[in-house]
Amino acid sequence: MVTPSNSARSSVVGVDLATFAPLSARRLLVLGGIALILTGMIFGDIFAVFTLHQNAARVGAGLAAAAHAAVQGDSRAVISNFQNVGAFLENRGTKVDTHVHMIDFGYLALMLAILQPWIAFAESLKKKLAWIFLFGAGLLPVCVFLIHYVGLAHSPFAAIGWASVFADFGGLLVIVATLAFLLGLVKHFRTPARATNPDRLLADRSGPSRALLSGGLALVLLGFLHGAYYAAADLYAHEELDYKLLSTMTANAASKDAAAVDTALANYGQLQGEKAVNIAAHAHSIEFGLLAMLLAFFQPYVGLSDPWRRRWVVVFLMGSLLLPVCVLLELRYGLVAGGVADFGGLLVIIALLAMWIGILRYTGYLDTSMAVVPGAEDE
Amino acid sequence: MSSGQRLLIVGGIALALWGMGYGLWYAVFAEHQALDGIGASLATGFSAAAERNTTGADAALLQYRAAKYNYDRQVDVHGHWIALAMLLIVVGIAYDRVEFSRSVKFAAALGLLLGSILFPLGVLLETASQGPIPKGIAVLGSALVIASLAGITYGFARVPSATRD
Repeated sequence: MVTPSNSARSSVVGVDLATFAPLSARRLLVLGGIALILTGMIFGDIFAVFTLHQNAARVGAGLAAAAHAAVQGDSRAVISNFQNVGAFLENRGTKVDTHVHMIDFGYLALMLAILQPWIAFAESLKKKLAWIFLFGAGLLPVCVFLIHYVGLAHSPFAAIGWASVFADFGGLLVIVATLAFLLGLVKHFRTPARATNPDRLLADRSGPSRALLSGGLALVLLGFLHGAYYAAADLYAHEELDYKLLSTMTANAASKDAAAVDTALANYGQLQGEKAVNIAAHAHSIEFGLLAMLLAFFQPYVGLSDPWRRRWVVVFLMGSLLLPVCVLLELRYGLVAGGVADFGGLLVIIALLAMWIGILRYTGYLDTSMAVVPGAEDE
Repeated sequence: MSSGQRLLIVGGIALALWGMGYGLWYAVFAEHQALDGIGASLATGFSAAAERNTTGADAALLQYRAAKYNYDRQVDVHGHWIALAMLLIVVGIAYDRVEFSRSVKFAAALGLLLGSILFPLGVLLETASQGPIPKGIAVLGSALVIASLAGITYGFARVPSATRD
């Protein structure tokens, strides 16, 4: 006899009730992972607009002050200005680390979510591990952000502040949870009669999923091609020029030629800009490509109509292409290209938010279905 | 799980562990020393210029150039090994969607894995020797990655054989 719960299990909803139940490890990791990526991207945008350029200007000003102190023969001021440059770079470094770690932990959460059916642990343990992972993944970037502001206040250590200690603790939690998931994966593959629930995520061959997979891989490929071109055409020349410009600065400072020092400083700033846009275009193209490929797996959970799922995929891929291309064009077209690049980033954020809301909608639908399928909650 | 898929997933996890282990070793034992060296040689160069000591400034900037050359490559190697490992795992999970024969899929997987190992290895070897061999290894590795990725992208985009009519 076919019971209601048996018939539900054989349906799409039944399959998802088993693998994507309320507060299950997969649901926590999918929703938490995308939330981490969104937060990291929005933080990155705010940081780019309000901090990055100002900070770069301060670093440049610090280097210029050091060079002019050398022109005037004041070696103490040189050292003091380089210390200021170090502090500005540390401030910038912690902001970049916050942005990067939040997004990368989000990627890791999505990868772990895909692997959940192969983790041979009880669901209750997987849930705990998912919570530990998400807590650590949130704690580390928040505390890295606070390092610059907390400093060594009330710290019992000579060189490490409380923010660093808690950031390291967050990292430790992420490592522990990831290693535990890896252990579950090994346990699964060592089990002779291993069985997994049917998983729609790996079986999905829908248009949006295929577009994200092939589009994502194409973005990764473009990023690699650009990286290879940059390495072959510009990298070694840029490294040589970096040294030559610094050498010109010190030589002209020693001969008290302030005008020549200023020219070398301006060229040095231009060179750093060129390096930065090339690296940013390469990295963003590959990272957006990887994200598109990860999102391809979760399309069955996006509770939107087919046309809207397709539209958000197109918006996501357009933004993912627009941002790195326009970042590269910043050198030629300046702020206009920069503005279009920011718009590309905004498209990615909006599309990702729409998919996240779609997944939330689907969880609501599943939870309502669960309420009318007797015994489903016990699966 | 097909042989190509297994190669990508197992190879990806191994490469990720290797890349993280390398990064951890570098962060603990070498990175701070390298950064201190870069900052100190730059400050020394400009201080020497302030004292009108051009020979000292040149020597300090040469030290800066060598330290920065090595630092940039060490960080690149760490980042590229881990990013390529993530790519191997994600492509591996989806690999049964690539519409090629088993042998072509295995060859593409092998090319991607080999390229992912060789490209950063060549860059790392550049810190030991600036001759043509490390550069050749890096170029070969990146060519393997790009060619395999191009093939796999085409395989993903192809219409599944079951629905092709």
